[in-house]
Amino acid sequence: MTGSILFQAIVFLAGAVICVPIAKRLGLSSVLGYLLAGVLIGPFLLGFVGEEGDDILHFAEFGVVMMLFLIGLEIEPKNFWKMRKTILGLGGLQVLATTALSYLFFTWVGYEWKVALTVSMAVALSSTAITLQTLKEKGLFQTTYGTSSFSILLFQDIIVIFMLGALPLLSNNASGAATDTHSGSANLLENLPLGLQTLAIILSVAMIVVAGRYLIVPLLRKVATARVRELLTASALLIVTGISFLMEFVGLSPALGAFLGGVVLATSEFKHELESTLEPFKDLLLGLFFMAVGASINFMVIQENPGTVGGFLLAIIVLKALVLFIVGAVFKLKLDQRLLLTVGLAQIGEFAFVLLSFAFQLDILSKEMMDIMLVITALTMTLTPILSMVNERLVLPKVGTKESEKRPIDHIAKNSKIILVGFGHFGSTIGRFLRAHGVEATILDSDSNRVDFLRRMGFEVYYGDATRIDLLESAGIGQADMLISAIDNPDTTLKLVELVKHKHPNVQLIVRAKNRYDAFKLLNLGVENIYRESLDTSVKMASDVLSQLGFRKHTLHRQAQNFIKMDVELLKRQSQLPKIDKDYIFQARESMAQQEKVLEDDLKRGIMGNDGHWDTEQMRISYSTNKEQ
Amino acid sequence: MSKVLILFAHPKFEASKANKALVDQVKDIPGVTFNDLYENYPDFLIDVEKEKEILNNHDIIIWHHPFYWYSCPPLLKQWIDLVLEFNWAYGPKGNALQGKKCLNAITTGGTQEVYCAQGSNMYTVNEFLRPFEQTARLCSMEYLPPFAVMGTHYLSESDLNTYANQYANLVRSLLNDSLLKTTKDSSLLNNIPKPKNLNSL
Repeated sequence: MTGSILFQAIVFLAGAVICVPIAKRLGLSSVLGYLLAGVLIGPFLLGFVGEEGDDILHFAEFGVVMMLFLIGLEIEPKNFWKMRKTILGLGGLQVLATTALSYLFFTWVGYEWKVALTVSMAVALSSTAITLQTLKEKGLFQTTYGTSSFSILLFQDIIVIFMLGALPLLSNNASGAATDTHSGSANLLENLPLGLQTLAIILSVAMIVVAGRYLIVPLLRKVATARVRELLTASALLIVTGISFLMEFVGLSPALGAFLGGVVLATSEFKHELESTLEPFKDLLLGLFFMAVGASINFMVIQENPGTVGGFLLAIIVLKALVLFIVGAVFKLKLDQRLLLTVGLAQIGEFAFVLLSFAFQLDILSKEMMDIMLVITALTMTLTPILSMVNERLVLPKVGTKESEKRPIDHIAKNSKIILVGFGHFGSTIGRFLRAHGVEATILDSDSNRVDFLRRMGFEVYYGDATRIDLLESAGIGQADMLISAIDNPDTTLKLVELVKHKHPNVQLIVRAKNRYDAFKLLNLGVENIYRESLDTSVKMASDVLSQLGFRKHTLHRQAQNFIKMDVELLKRQSQLPKIDKDYIFQARESMAQQEKVLEDDLKRGIMGNDGHWDTEQMRISYSTNKEQ
Repeated sequence: MSKVLILFAHPKFEASKANKALVDQVKDIPGVTFNDLYENYPDFLIDVEKEKEILNNHDIIIWHHPFYWYSCPPLLKQWIDLVLEFNWAYGPKGNALQGKKCLNAITTGGTQEVYCAQGSNMYTVNEFLRPFEQTARLCSMEYLPPFAVMGTHYLSESDLNTYANQYANLVRSLLNDSLLKTTKDSSLLNNIPKPKNLNSL
């Protein structure tokens, strides 16, 4: 039944296509959708996928590798270096504390110290794939929670190399035996003495750095000049597979290698090309990975040892969460961010699959123990997204309110007439300018660390998620005249606008929009004051260019105002056209069509050169012809 | 030697042949500062302190502008409103501009014939420029007759050239302090004799 590759492809793709939209509709993350799809098609429910689940898991791990490559691309080396303290501090503390606590637990339960230690190491790792995917989906990368999670995960990705290196030392067999059972993959490091191992690690890292600079970039330049689009895709895949192979060959984590490769290429001109090329592969493979995890949950094991599995599962999640909570406290994360971190990283990660099966090959773990732990790993991966959802829906709202109750001066008793939501770069400029005019807005921001920092700078910033009606109400939206939305994320903006329009239609909305397309949606919601964040700046830039070319500045100043005015009018006209389809597949095409329309309109209007004012040429012509007559 | 400041205000300089001819002839003369107001303050945000500093460094101020609706373009009015501050340019302690000379250099579409009691405009440009004259007086400046290029609608290239040379002559004479007392009493400063020691300039 599960024979052909085509059939498998159909099963996986159909699983994803059916389950993920349902999950999204229910307000769950796509990760959970994939996981449940995996369970559904797995051997214990529908049985479409059998033993192959394991192979697919291995294959799909490549998605994690790609993800780390892409993350590396986002991080320039100097920023990476800046993060070193958080990585070492947060990550080190988390791994150490979790391993220690878990070791105590497993020895207390009665396992031999070697088993306890191995399992504890696996327990200390969290899932990069799940966490980063969730962060991306919710747009939380830039929060304290986001950067803290990232630091911890990065440290884990590094430390897993040493864990894999240390495992053979725990082996019950003679050292040689391990390699025999090892699944055939050539691993250079194992056969080397310790000193040379370190050297090989350093050497391969250096190789990636050097190759990135002097091999990959020139190669990409060559490929780019060939102007064959798919060649670039091929090269991008080649880079990632190449790095992974090298890393696996020397026995390092391919994910880490890919991450390094990404960092090296972050400063190259191909950064964005690579990103856009690999993104779909990564998404697809990660989805596959999550499904494989779901499919690999062995329900037989659960049935046979319900007590052990349940007990361990609970203990591990509690233990991991506890450590994360404490680590968050040590590093002074605010309560809401700390809770997000606590739940977000409480699962066992994908590296555990590798670690545990390796330990089994080394005869450290029994088959039974490995199976139990593998099931628990998959279960934690499934449970934490659910826990996160519970946390966000039920716990955090209460925490948020508590925070603002706890701080009496915070209390938004002042009920100023203006509410400013979002106090990043954009919002803070608005806040400063208003304040310079003695207008104190009630400011809401969802990053409590920023709230505290800004408060120290003398701003009055309040903490909370503005898309919650109770918070808005305690912020005095009932009495407010105006609400300024300076939120970066368009989805959050829309949510807020819909909420306010629905509950408090009399509050005037002043809304920041990302772009033309965004502005359409806001216009359709009936918002009148829409500010596209890049419009003024880009027109200013264009007029400065024209000024450099010799156009007069005052003329440009007037033309720029005109251009913006006309563009706004055009936008309003276009928004009255038939409603745009909400399905996202059509969005790209729609926005392209709009761009075309705008350019067409520009053409029809002609060059803006002559506004006719203060131009005496017409008079000259008219008078001189009169004179001749 | 005196220093001349030309405060030039034209909202659409690129479309004015007459003013281009005039400006080209004077802006690079040593001792002349050409302050292009519409280019420096396209959004009307005048740097008052900087403008005051510039005024301090000059002896002769020329308000050079087209004669729009019997007055100057709005940015020059804005400049007058903002820069000529109380107790700096005028008022009990306002003597910063005392003794400086001041005049308008204007271009008008209508000819000199329409700017008189019998013409369609009823008054001469000198009469229309009274607010500027009084402004200069209030600031204890000596107000000179205007330099005017009139009937620009009918002027040929070579006419414009003649005017441009006249303008340059005037500016050189001002730099040179060689304006005659009688010239100062004439209605326009257009036809002044060439400065004698022109070569030394």
